[in-house]
Amino acid sequence: MAEKLSLNQSRIRSAWLFITPMIVVMVLVAGWPLLRTLWFSFTDADLKELGAAKFVGFSNYVGEYGLLADPEWWNAVLNTIRFSVISVTLETVLGLIVALVLNAKFPGRALVRAAVLIPWAIPTIVSAKMWAWMMHDQFGVLNYVLMGLHIINQPLAWTADPALAMNAVIMVDVWKTTPFMALMILAALQMLPTDCYEAARVDGIHPVRVFFKVTLPLIRPALMVAVIFRALDALRVFDLIYVLTSNSKDTMSMSVYSRQQLVDFQQVGFGSAASTVLFLIVALCTAAYITIGRVKFDGDAR
Amino acid sequence: MKPNLWLRIGFYLLVAVIIVYAVFPFYYAIVSSMKFGSDLFTPNLLPAQFKLDNYVSVLSQGVFLRNVGNSVVVAVVVVVVSLTIAVSASYALGRVRFKGRKLLLLTVLGISMFPQVAVLSGMFEMIRALGLYNTLWGLVLTYMVFTLPFTVWVLTTFMRDLPKELEEAAIMDGASPLVIVTQVFLPLMWPALVTTGLLAFIGAWNEFLFALTFTLSPEMRTVPVAIALISGASQFELPWGTIMAASVIVTVPVVGLVLIFQRRIVSGLTAGAVKG
Repeated sequence: MAEKLSLNQSRIRSAWLFITPMIVVMVLVAGWPLLRTLWFSFTDADLKELGAAKFVGFSNYVGEYGLLADPEWWNAVLNTIRFSVISVTLETVLGLIVALVLNAKFPGRALVRAAVLIPWAIPTIVSAKMWAWMMHDQFGVLNYVLMGLHIINQPLAWTADPALAMNAVIMVDVWKTTPFMALMILAALQMLPTDCYEAARVDGIHPVRVFFKVTLPLIRPALMVAVIFRALDALRVFDLIYVLTSNSKDTMSMSVYSRQQLVDFQQVGFGSAASTVLFLIVALCTAAYITIGRVKFDGDAR
Repeated sequence: MKPNLWLRIGFYLLVAVIIVYAVFPFYYAIVSSMKFGSDLFTPNLLPAQFKLDNYVSVLSQGVFLRNVGNSVVVAVVVVVVSLTIAVSASYALGRVRFKGRKLLLLTVLGISMFPQVAVLSGMFEMIRALGLYNTLWGLVLTYMVFTLPFTVWVLTTFMRDLPKELEEAAIMDGASPLVIVTQVFLPLMWPALVTTGLLAFIGAWNEFLFALTFTLSPEMRTVPVAIALISGASQFELPWGTIMAASVIVTVPVVGLVLIFQRRIVSGLTAGAVKG
């Protein structure tokens, strides 16, 4: 008995040894920088002289020159919310359609799945550049095709027109991330039990009804997790917007705003306040993800 | 019979739309990359010619090849380091029950959701303090913040599902934990290692924000930054042919990898997000 106990103890001791490298790296690249960012958000730190930062309390957050009094910040918040809600909704609907197609058995299914993976594989920067070229106001193929089909009468300035810029960003994001959504939903669809479909078919229930009454409720948990996962990604969007429309006000997201303050304007204190608020928002959503997804940490439940 | 036929036509029409939607932008980038001079400004959908001038110009001028090399070095080192650390950690998290394990897993999952910009200023300070600003090592270190949680998470779920008997037999033989991990588990983990390694590689290969912020000189840039910052004589004269050629060069290896390892990648993605 005593021997067994010591065996268990030595196992636990070696477990901590095995886990130490990960903890060290995580503290170094996540914990410490996060705490420093939080600290900077209460100072007047400047990028050139980070060491000379003075404590200024909450004045980066509230007050006359605080984050919460800056209309540009609220503009970025609204842009981010608009971007996240619209693109995640579109991605979910399109992803569902693609997943249903991929779940059907038909010749050439492997080809379609391969094709669908391509947008996911393309680096975000590259897809932003590709679409920027396709949406070029003068020489872009998008205007060319739409005008050829008489859908529009004159070329549109997709990324420059304030009324269109956000739509352009959303269009590219939907193209790029629908595959991810489709694959998540497909994985859920393939785990569904077949017997309730047999029963539905025997009873002669219309497939559309089966979809809404059987399929959708059954995949809802997986769908929710995928949606939240994507929403977290959308809330921190940076690359796509930065490359497609750079620092334009019409599309500026919270991440783009924070980086502009931090790097371009060198106001590390103020920028850190913005990124801290973004962090809090994402942290709240993460808590929701962990609760709704009922993420399991124990060995017994797969 | 008739409505069935229409249904089938509709279905294949939908399939065609999906394929065109997914593939066309990349196809058009390839077509554009082979057009040169004024041909670029007539948007025909078929390649009228196969000129490789853009490829020659992007590869010969400037430091683009160096940028590709940087991306390869950073991505490979990131994969090797994060897999090594993650295998070690996943043994402890997946096989041993100890106090604080749940909290650790929860923290790892939380970190994988981090907005990168939230650690930007703290990291900038750290990178400069360590003398890693404008170096590839600085990028390798900072990339750990998004590759490590993910690899630890997926490998832990994999490690957890391995049969208990294997480990018990090894313990009976007096094997140390290190021997158990390297001799017993590691050979079984290849599928999971390939999947997580590929996803970490793609993550590092595509990363933009840190690479943009923590490098300064053109020869230290990675490919995404290099492509984003390709500029012409003025804002309105971007060299689109060159940009498309560069884009195709960096995309082809990733698309190739993804298509070869389709199944593994799909299972890795779902393990990372849904299963848990």
